[in-house]
Amino acid sequence: MAKVIVVTSGKGGVGKTTSTAALGAALAQRNEKTVVVDFDVGLRNLDLVMGAERRVVYDIVNVIQGDAKLPQALIRDKRLDTLFLLPASQTRDKDSLTPEGVEKVMTELKKHFDWIICDSPAGIERGATLAMRHADIAVIVTNPEVSSVRDSDRIIGLLDAKTERAERGERVEKHLLLTRYDQARAERGDMLKVDDVLEILSIPLVGIVPESTDVLKASNLGAPVTLADNRSAPALAYLDAARRIAGETVPMTIPGERRGLLGKLFGRRAA
Amino acid sequence: MTKVLTDTRSIRIKGRSFLALVLSPEPPLDAWLTRLDDLASRSAGFFLGRPVVLDVADLEIDRAELKKLIDELGKRNVRIMGIEGGRPSLFEPGMPPAMKGGRPAPDIEIPDGPSIEPVGTASPKATAPDVSAEPQAARGMSSIVIREPVRSGQSVIFPEGDVTVVGSVASGAEIIAGGSVHVYGTLRGRALAGSVGNASARIFCRRLEAELLAIDGVYKTAEDMAPNLRGQAVQLWLEGDSIMAERLN
Ligand SMILES: Nc1ncnc2c1ncn2[C@@H]1O[C@H](COP(=O)(O)OP(=O)(O)O)[C@@H](O)[C@H]1O
Ligand SMILES: [Mg+2]
Repeated sequence: MAKVIVVTSGKGGVGKTTSTAALGAALAQRNEKTVVVDFDVGLRNLDLVMGAERRVVYDIVNVIQGDAKLPQALIRDKRLDTLFLLPASQTRDKDSLTPEGVEKVMTELKKHFDWIICDSPAGIERGATLAMRHADIAVIVTNPEVSSVRDSDRIIGLLDAKTERAERGERVEKHLLLTRYDQARAERGDMLKVDDVLEILSIPLVGIVPESTDVLKASNLGAPVTLADNRSAPALAYLDAARRIAGETVPMTIPGERRGLLGKLFGRRAA
Repeated sequence: MTKVLTDTRSIRIKGRSFLALVLSPEPPLDAWLTRLDDLASRSAGFFLGRPVVLDVADLEIDRAELKKLIDELGKRNVRIMGIEGGRPSLFEPGMPPAMKGGRPAPDIEIPDGPSIEPVGTASPKATAPDVSAEPQAARGMSSIVIREPVRSGQSVIFPEGDVTVVGSVASGAEIIAGGSVHVYGTLRGRALAGSVGNASARIFCRRLEAELLAIDGVYKTAEDMAPNLRGQAVQLWLEGDSIMAERLN
């Protein structure tokens, strides 16, 4: 059965696109057929992070408007043959994504893929609500700072109101992915503590990704972090997070800290 | 000449209901105004910023008298948003519009100073707090329980009575209750209790980190709150025009 994941945050620049690519590649490496879908019409950049920008012919808007068939728009990754990209349009305006069109595309993708990962645009408007509409699972990307946490909280509220699951009276499975976590700043007290973020958002933690130059290096290479160097600290964090999303139990570590203290963070559930 | 419509989007019109105070003056009007002044002197600002509807259904009044009444109320800073129950001939351009179709809501309590006797006669639509009875129970107020966190951007509005949240209220979220607000979690957003004019409403929370607290229109922002209450289990209530707070243990 296909699972639809939305990677969302409210705030921009927190790491949604980076996370979509990294988790997508990590799930595809499990030999499960995975597609990453760019919902950021007008500001597309998932194709860049995936290193596929020069192979884009058709995009999601073309499929919705009937100019192209879905298989024509899907781009297969050159490194992993279980990984695909459905790009967004750079030229269309945001309103060319319609609820009916998105539903049609999702229904079709579900027939062919195990994982469908939707990279949400920033904000709480139409683009973001369309990206979350069909989600079974939400990965809420949050940086350990007040404005990001507040926006994430807002998004969690929308997940409980504006998704198909919510309308059927079901819940979207929610996972908190803390990204751009900086151990040195955490120690200086410049950032919110992991515990505080968890207390405020009260959803389970799926991973902590450190702030790292490996992320920029990977995106310059046009490779998801998990493919660029799978021993780097952010890659390890994303690989573990992907295993947790797939249902495995993996102990949680805070980047830069030794284990021990962290047992209590792992498996923490909503209050 | 016809105008060409270049933008064909339709205009969105929404319905929204607001709770208005209804004043029903009784003859003789001079005496009624005196009683109103007395009420205002004891609860300054009661009408400020609240929508007020004038109900003249039971009043024998002509257009000139109505104009004078509106003027008198205006002098007292009571701004009338509409007139209910008036014959069409009473109205003239520039007057507040005629309103109909109002639905009754619970009586609104008028904050009362401690040393003054109840003012049950001030207006038939307003009742003074009854010291002997529990006001909320007496009026059969209902309550709602919310079993999950209230997230940023969400607001819970329940003018009919108490709101209980089993969970936290996020920064950027708000609870507006006609009665009391109970938060079994951290209150980070806004809590407005007694929002339809109930001075006996209270706010309770397990951990106070609120952005704004209000009871019966009297409010406190985060900056006004005593720092030693932050992070504590607290209850807040109204005494006169000040919000009082104490720690719960
Ligand atoms: N863990 C990280 N460490 C360092 N830089 C990061 C990290 N995650 C994301 N970035 C950088 O932050 C910027 C925004 O990331 P992006 O994934 O595009 O965010 P979003 O899609 O939420 O707007 C990019 O320049 C990206 O390289
Ligand atoms: Mg992005």
